[in-house]
Amino acid sequence: MSPYALKPILAVFHKELRELLRDRRAIITTFVLPTMGLPLLLLIIGGVSAGIVGKAMSDTSEVALVGAGASPAVRAELGKLGRVTVVAPTPADWRERVAAKSVRAAVELPDDFDARLARGGEPVPVKIHYHEGDLRSKIAASALEGFFGELKERVVLARLAAAGQTPALLRPVDTRRVNVAPPEKVQGSRVGSIAPYLIILLCLTGAMYPAFDLTAGEKERGTMETLLSSPVSRRQIAVGKFLTVTAFSLGTALFSMASMTAWWLLGRGAMAAIFGPKASGLADLTISPASVGAVVVLLVPLAVFFSAGLLALGVFARSSREAQTYAAPLVFAAIIPAVIGLLPGMELNWKIALIPVLNVSMVSREVFGGEWPWPEIALTLGSISFFAALALWGTTQMFRKETVLFRA
Amino acid sequence: MIEARALSKTYPGKPPVQAVQDVTFTCRPGEIYGLLGANGAGKTTTLRMLATMLRPTGGSAMVGGHDSVAEPDQARACVGFLSTATALYSRLTAGETVRYFGRLHGLSEKIIRERSARLFDRLEMRAFEDRRCDKLSTGQKQRVSIARTLIHDPPVMIFDEPTTGLDVMTARSILAFVRECRGAGKAVIYSTHIMHEAEKLCDRVGVIHGGRLLAEGKPEDLRREGEDLEDAFVRIVGGEGGES
Repeated sequence: MSPYALKPILAVFHKELRELLRDRRAIITTFVLPTMGLPLLLLIIGGVSAGIVGKAMSDTSEVALVGAGASPAVRAELGKLGRVTVVAPTPADWRERVAAKSVRAAVELPDDFDARLARGGEPVPVKIHYHEGDLRSKIAASALEGFFGELKERVVLARLAAAGQTPALLRPVDTRRVNVAPPEKVQGSRVGSIAPYLIILLCLTGAMYPAFDLTAGEKERGTMETLLSSPVSRRQIAVGKFLTVTAFSLGTALFSMASMTAWWLLGRGAMAAIFGPKASGLADLTISPASVGAVVVLLVPLAVFFSAGLLALGVFARSSREAQTYAAPLVFAAIIPAVIGLLPGMELNWKIALIPVLNVSMVSREVFGGEWPWPEIALTLGSISFFAALALWGTTQMFRKETVLFRA
Repeated sequence: MIEARALSKTYPGKPPVQAVQDVTFTCRPGEIYGLLGANGAGKTTTLRMLATMLRPTGGSAMVGGHDSVAEPDQARACVGFLSTATALYSRLTAGETVRYFGRLHGLSEKIIRERSARLFDRLEMRAFEDRRCDKLSTGQKQRVSIARTLIHDPPVMIFDEPTTGLDVMTARSILAFVRECRGAGKAVIYSTHIMHEAEKLCDRVGVIHGGRLLAEGKPEDLRREGEDLEDAFVRIVGGEGGES
């Protein structure tokens, strides 16, 4: 019998798949959580944070005006602002109140504020006291900054007019940014800023439970020896189990992508209705099918790489718990390049295209953003396939080591 | 037929551990050969080498006419291996388990259907054929294990302490099954540290201790006047403190 004869490999694959699909933990960790839990979590976090920020932005904050006896105009105009209410009379312990969040911010003006402003000369100091750890305090401080910014603008315009000058005097150069990127590329790069990380993470977590269950778990349950007593070769067993783990890894990533797309399609209308223009960026997102196709192609060797690596780790471990201990550094080793690949300023080049995981992360970001750097894509595919083959070879070697298989 | 010729196994380490040294014996078709030894004597390592799960570091073995080192897959295909360590897949049903092992042995679906039907009838498994293994009683699990080892009708059966931890009734059914295997002309190796079991069951026994086969023969030939097999065993391994 050839060591890679297909029939026994398929027998092992079908049996492992059947057993895993009957395992509630496998279904929850690889399908339910990523397809339902993760989008729900993102939606809840997004919804709650948008709600908190929205409420804080729309609420009126109490502010204190200190030393403004000489400027009733400022007090009156601030009162008309709408977003803040000036506390009257000004409490003596205003500083403590800002720290205690009972008053959101305080403006400290010199007693001769109006006179100094009318006189001109040195800038008149205005201090805005706020609480850096309080979102509402920061919003109130921003409102006050805006108010004094407008006041400054009005005074400057009045002084220019008095001097017979126009505002152009203060703007010798008029700088403007002009975006030349088509909207789909801008939207794609938004998706590319987070999607590769999620996909890589899901690919890894999708492989983890099956890989450990089919190796260390089998050792624990005593079924490994039963399997080894059959005439199927160790390589065939390894390949059968590897196919199962890869199927779960790919399945998890693809189901999650499909699920997130479905959630987004269903939820974008609701988001726009709830959050209004603020959600328009999300609601208008479009992703090209070609980008998705390219990422799926890259996912295959990535899933092979993760599955083979985790299987090797699992078969080496004495128990699932020991395997999970070994897996912690591996998870970091996979997540760190995935995150690095998304950092602003990182540029894909041929050297990066050779580094596994980092290359997939960066190429995915590029293709989601509508860029197709073909040489780097080819290098990435070649590199990740090479490392995947190496990991698979290592796994089959591990399955042939009796000191590993019978490690007790 | 099983022939172990100077089988040896040394595990690497500092210092290396010599688990089995120069073990030689023969088990003929229609014979039950008992391998007697205390825990850690080298029984399981010897049996795992015969079943080609472990590769010997010295010597060789012929199993069902195949060299266990040169043709491990063919040798393993001739063996039915049953021990307390060979558990069942909890999430498969009894029927699925037996059929799965039929497939692993390369049997056609037709033969698997025919043989599993015969085995299920003979072992009275019909009532729980479709029940998952984690829902079965210990006795039912043992019957599934037996069916699993017999689905490919192997000429060689290896039992490694199969009754350890079982209740009396289940243990008796296992012993009856072992006798059936002998009756069917299979070469049977039966490892145990329960002496009265070996005395009742085995045609010949080998006493293994510290990885070496110290004595071999019919149980009555190993006993001296007034001794039972347990006394003989203790004498052969060097007294009460002879445990390895």
